[in-house]
Amino acid sequence: MTTGEPGQPRTDRSPWNWLLVVPIVLPLLTFLFNADEPRLLGFPLFYWLQLAFIIVGVACTTIVYRMTK
Amino acid sequence: MSGHTTELVVFVLLFLVVTVLGFVASRWRRPSDLASLNEWGLGGRSFGSWVTWFLVGGDLYTAYTFVAVPALVFSAGALGFYALPYTVVIYPMVFLVLARMWSVSHVHGFVTPADFVRARFGSPTLALAIAITGLVATMPYIALQLVGIEAVLKAMGISGHLPIIIAFAILAAYTYQSGLRAPALIAFVKDALIYIVILAAVIYIPAKLGGWDSIFDAAKAKFDASPNPGDGLTLNAANQLQYVTLAFGSALALFLYPHSLTGVLASKNRNVIKRNMSALPAYSFVLGLIALLGFMAITAGIKPIVGANGRPDSNTIVPLLFDQMFPGWFAGVAYAAVGIGALVPAAIMSIAAANLFTRNVYREYINKNATDAQEANVSKLTSLVVKVGAVLCILVLDPQFSIDLQLIGGVIILQTLPSVALGLYTRWFHKGGLIAGWALGLAAGLWMLYLIPNPASGKAHFGGSAFALSNLGFDTKMTIYAGFLALIVNVVVAVLGTLIFRAAKVADGEDATARDDYFADEGDPKVKDLDLTGSH
Repeated sequence: MTTGEPGQPRTDRSPWNWLLVVPIVLPLLTFLFNADEPRLLGFPLFYWLQLAFIIVGVACTTIVYRMTK
Repeated sequence: MSGHTTELVVFVLLFLVVTVLGFVASRWRRPSDLASLNEWGLGGRSFGSWVTWFLVGGDLYTAYTFVAVPALVFSAGALGFYALPYTVVIYPMVFLVLARMWSVSHVHGFVTPADFVRARFGSPTLALAIAITGLVATMPYIALQLVGIEAVLKAMGISGHLPIIIAFAILAAYTYQSGLRAPALIAFVKDALIYIVILAAVIYIPAKLGGWDSIFDAAKAKFDASPNPGDGLTLNAANQLQYVTLAFGSALALFLYPHSLTGVLASKNRNVIKRNMSALPAYSFVLGLIALLGFMAITAGIKPIVGANGRPDSNTIVPLLFDQMFPGWFAGVAYAAVGIGALVPAAIMSIAAANLFTRNVYREYINKNATDAQEANVSKLTSLVVKVGAVLCILVLDPQFSIDLQLIGGVIILQTLPSVALGLYTRWFHKGGLIAGWALGLAAGLWMLYLIPNPASGKAHFGGSAFALSNLGFDTKMTIYAGFLALIVNVVVAVLGTLIFRAAKVADGEDATARDDYFADEGDPKVKDLDLTGSH
């Protein structure tokens, strides 16, 4: 969390928080991934791309955590 | 039976190891005194990043998930994969919310979400509504963990209810003894087993079945041939909205469940929570792979065991897949992973339910001046009652009833969102508006669920969560998650109610929290330290 200057009220506001919107919205856009082709290692797009969104989620939350700690 | 002897021996051995751990846990991080809810119910509020990761992960990803998600993928295909986006969306969404909840609970000594609502909105009635909603949503969830164990036992050729009763009696005994420390310690074993089994499964089984390509092609062939328009390897025009709202709605609901919050409140500071929000998706990855076991079962030609009601029980497909693919000893390990996977959440859920009763019914209405020790005692006893209730649910009622209840549970727990989650951000709502929104959201949710049939199982009501928009007069085949629609009703009523109550100058409750409480961290003074001596 952001510990401000002494005397300033604490807050959890930060521009970095907007990064959290990305992994919330991305997995809900079905038109991005609702297809069989192209396949990756035998996985249809629908499955491998949604698994890949996990990495996006981890990256975004980690960045926000590091930048606002 | 004899063909399953190795499996059974391994299963029982691992179960015994966990039982010993459960009792030993009372000595782990031993406090001077276990007789308070902070210690028994929240493990001393001192868990660091690792313990929290195992505890919360062990709590959210339950045995039922491991059994039911692949079963859904097995029968419906892509729609069942909603569990993945659901668990991707959840963590960034609650990243800031849970840190606030932790802070305000830390300062005021809250143990349950209803404790927070009580203090924030100054309304015992609203808090009672939140507590009862939590209890009703949690109870069938505990019963469902038994369904997970039963599926495994069935695959080992064991029928009858005695083994389940024994398993739950043991679980009840060490939860009573060790409180939250028991599932926290057992979660290490559970997760180690799950990770080993799933890694083996996704490497070994596809190799035996001819690679991922042939697995997905076999699934596609099955869905193409099936007459059901709702299944398929990808989504269709009618169920995309259902997929998105189900994933999003389930994500909103997850941390409203009292047991999820128990794991969060047991952590020692805000950073532990935030760090976990970026580390917990490791489980989502495993969950995604577990979901694909459903397709492997299709390729392997698994036929689900026919249940007592004469219909095939698709919950048995994962255990059957393990039985067919793995050597006996490793199938035993896999079964133990599912079985122990049921014990961890069942323990945490019963602790959470017990805490709700103690804090929001017993302390509020029966013994206003309860001491810490009295609270701990009531909680311990309630946790036993809760487990007996869960076993009775399975013994006396059709297991399908628990599954229906759990479905309803997800919809009703969502109705606590305005008070609990929005309440962390704003005090704008009037307590009367929140109560009205809660009541009408519940009514709308139950009405929608009642209208949903399930042609596959021949049920006319409570057949799923996909509400057809044509019911509301829209000319479309689209379906939407009933809980999501009910939540919209709830929020709209809460807003309108607040405006009306304000205009009518109806008295509102006092807010016992201050702005700074929501950002407090480890080491800051607690309210309890100021007015209570003898507490730690």
